[in-house]
Amino acid sequence: MVTITVNGTQHQLDIEPDTPLLWALRDVVGLTGTKYGCGIAQCGACTVHINGQPMRSCSVPIANVDGASITTIEGLSPDGKHPVQQAWIAEDVPQCGYCQSGQIMAVAAFLKDRPSPTDADIDANITNICRCGTYERMRRAIHRAADLMKA
Amino acid sequence: MDGNATITRRQFIVTAATAAGGLAIGLATGPSAFAATAGAQPWSSEDGHNPHDLDAFIAIEPDDSVLIRYVRSEMGQGSMTALPMIVTEELQCDWSKVRVEYASANRSVRENKVYGDMSSYGSHSVKLSREKMQQVGASARERLIAAAAARWGVQPQDCTAANSIVAHTATGRTFRYGELAGDAAKITLAKEPAIKTPDQYTFIGKPMPRIDVPPKTNGSAKFAIDTQLPDMVFAAINACPVPGGQLKSVDDSPLAAMPGVLQVVRLPDAVAVVATGSFWRAKQALAKLHPEWDVGDAGTTGSAQFSREYHAALDGPAEVARNNGNVDEAFPKAAKTLEAVYETPYLAHAAMEPMNATVHFQPDRLDIWIGTQAADQTIENAARVSGLNAEQIYIHNCFIGGAFGRKSQNDEMAQAIAIAKAVQRPVKLIWTREEDMRRDRFRPQAVTRFKAGLDANGMPVAWSMRSVIGSIFASLGMHRPGLKGPEPMAVAGLANNAYNVPNMRVDAVLKNTHLPVMFWRAPGENQNIFALESFVDEIAAVSGQDPYQFRRKLLEGKLDWLKVLDTVAEKSDWGKPLPKGKGRGIAICDNMGSLCAHVAEITVSTEGELKVDRVTVAVDPHYVVNPLTIAEQMEGGTIFGLSAALYGKITVKNGVPEQGNFDTYRMVRFAQAPKIDVYIVPSGGPAWGGAGEASTPPIMAAVANAIFAVTGKRIRSLPIMDHDLSAGSA
Repeated sequence: MVTITVNGTQHQLDIEPDTPLLWALRDVVGLTGTKYGCGIAQCGACTVHINGQPMRSCSVPIANVDGASITTIEGLSPDGKHPVQQAWIAEDVPQCGYCQSGQIMAVAAFLKDRPSPTDADIDANITNICRCGTYERMRRAIHRAADLMKA
Repeated sequence: MDGNATITRRQFIVTAATAAGGLAIGLATGPSAFAATAGAQPWSSEDGHNPHDLDAFIAIEPDDSVLIRYVRSEMGQGSMTALPMIVTEELQCDWSKVRVEYASANRSVRENKVYGDMSSYGSHSVKLSREKMQQVGASARERLIAAAAARWGVQPQDCTAANSIVAHTATGRTFRYGELAGDAAKITLAKEPAIKTPDQYTFIGKPMPRIDVPPKTNGSAKFAIDTQLPDMVFAAINACPVPGGQLKSVDDSPLAAMPGVLQVVRLPDAVAVVATGSFWRAKQALAKLHPEWDVGDAGTTGSAQFSREYHAALDGPAEVARNNGNVDEAFPKAAKTLEAVYETPYLAHAAMEPMNATVHFQPDRLDIWIGTQAADQTIENAARVSGLNAEQIYIHNCFIGGAFGRKSQNDEMAQAIAIAKAVQRPVKLIWTREEDMRRDRFRPQAVTRFKAGLDANGMPVAWSMRSVIGSIFASLGMHRPGLKGPEPMAVAGLANNAYNVPNMRVDAVLKNTHLPVMFWRAPGENQNIFALESFVDEIAAVSGQDPYQFRRKLLEGKLDWLKVLDTVAEKSDWGKPLPKGKGRGIAICDNMGSLCAHVAEITVSTEGELKVDRVTVAVDPHYVVNPLTIAEQMEGGTIFGLSAALYGKITVKNGVPEQGNFDTYRMVRFAQAPKIDVYIVPSGGPAWGGAGEASTPPIMAAVANAIFAVTGKRIRSLPIMDHDLSAGSA
């Protein structure tokens, strides 16, 4: 039995200890905003915050997060108005949208560490894949979100 | 209604619409609260009806909210915003009150194919639906006006419609659309109203935020993979690793003690494991199986062999697609001849959402949650596979997590139906990334040979082009009776090149291996334009001419092509000196009725490290519904093409596609993503172009040509990562 807190709600999960957090969230807890893209921590579509740190949940066994506090895209803000979400809407970022939960979660954590990122900071730290190629607009949205967070 | 009255009213509508258009300009930059919306769940209610239906396309509720049914799919291309914009242009409704959902394929089956072609591919959503969407909007508007006029006892031509309100001009009386919809639904017009011509548009052409963005920023947007049903179980599948092979046997005893494992399902060419609780369980259990496959002769094949065979086929019999003048007579007279062979590999689509389908099969009803590019074809396929009638089938088409051509063939659906029948429970089948990549229907590989004969000034007077390429139609088992010459994809970009050369022949040899091939963003062009536009650069280099000016000369008199070419050259600072190690490359193409040109500005270090710094795109789609989504498609299509150019290849060993995930099938990420500037230069004219694919082909040649400009190395095969670009290397 593993106990995790997801977006403020405690869950007790009776599943195989090697089950990745991704599938625990999607299939057991029932939160599907976190996406499966590769299963090997390559693409970042499954990014969530574990005790505030951005992690690729497809490669984190549930046994390793017993007692941890998890934030998913559904819990990033109560109303979908986190500065990163606002910036994403303002810059019209998503196309197919599938990778965007992971992108937004990665960026939200990144901006806490680097409130005034340069383009080089973004290149080095945000390594999620967007197959639709929305990098141009994501880059603008990251800078916009940084400004919003300071305002 | 006499002719004069019609003219008067039309003038008034145009005037009134301008006011609405003024409002729209504000909306375009304003917050999303004023924008139209899509729900988190894009599919329609049960059978696609609404109590407030005006017709199959529009429902208007008492509170004035307007439901517009979108007949195609949304996979990121933005036409779920564009088509409702077109309806709104004519309906004169308040855009902020518009809600959009997918039209129901089931309703279309039941109601005499009311939605017609529901497919999204070939960049044709706007092109094929534009007139119909205008007509639907105009008809609804006139019925609302007629309903108001009847209530007031006045003539319809004395009324106007704007911003979801019908007004009687003389008295100033008004009704909201929501007050009229019930009456309007009962009205049949004696004659369908005329639709606007593009010069009359006041809303079409404005940059509008995509309606599907908000649910795609908070995790609520429903993709097929997110489907959750009561009593649902999970399935993982492995098809024979050698495409075309069959399952011989599989021993399922290793799964005996595994918790939650329900059943092993054997299909002719695949084995699936079904488990309760989570997909992970099914996937883990599947990994414990060691099925035996009958792979046939394909099991000894590989990429090097394919390459040899494709090169050898260059001298085989070819089907002619275009033949101007007489190249055979012209070549001997040429002052100089030039020949080059280009090669492009198999590619996977690698959409971020892997193939998946959730199926609930009951004796008299079948529900399918899926991402399909063509719900109307999917429902027919589901009927064929399941044995039910299409009327009994409900396709809950979801937001599609990328498709790029792949999700027009729903292989996963047929498997999921078979599994659901076997387990007698609702089942969600997901292909792992590895399954998705290795069991793709790939972009074909190709070998392309060019020969050019030049006159004394270095201009081509004879030019032959031959492509050896996989047949997509043959791979899909599609027959096109009456098709003259090779299938269009084989020579796309080549046969329709615009270069003024008096003697030109384009032909193709169709040659397949055991790997299935299919449409991949800009089919044909995505490899032929790389080859053609690189070869154009080769001719320019041999002739000592600037690649941009050389293309200008070859396109003399083609004003639309020149406009695109000149725009991209000017905006990219073509010709302005760059520091050592930097250079520019240019390329242009005609794709799906749109012209698109790129200039890539790159840096190559002495160690051979390549960085694409800046890309300029010019596109002529003839007309523009939403310039924002067109710009987004240009940006995204450029990155898509850049990933293929830099890294893309699926190689084959012992018949098995080798790359299975993003560690070996690389993608452009932030660190490789250039700055992209897009310029839209619509030229109008009789035909509309498409925007979803045009920017994928030219970027590949633009980058390759820039590499030549910097290093003098000519890239004749992709991907570029296989080439040594360092100084001093051959």
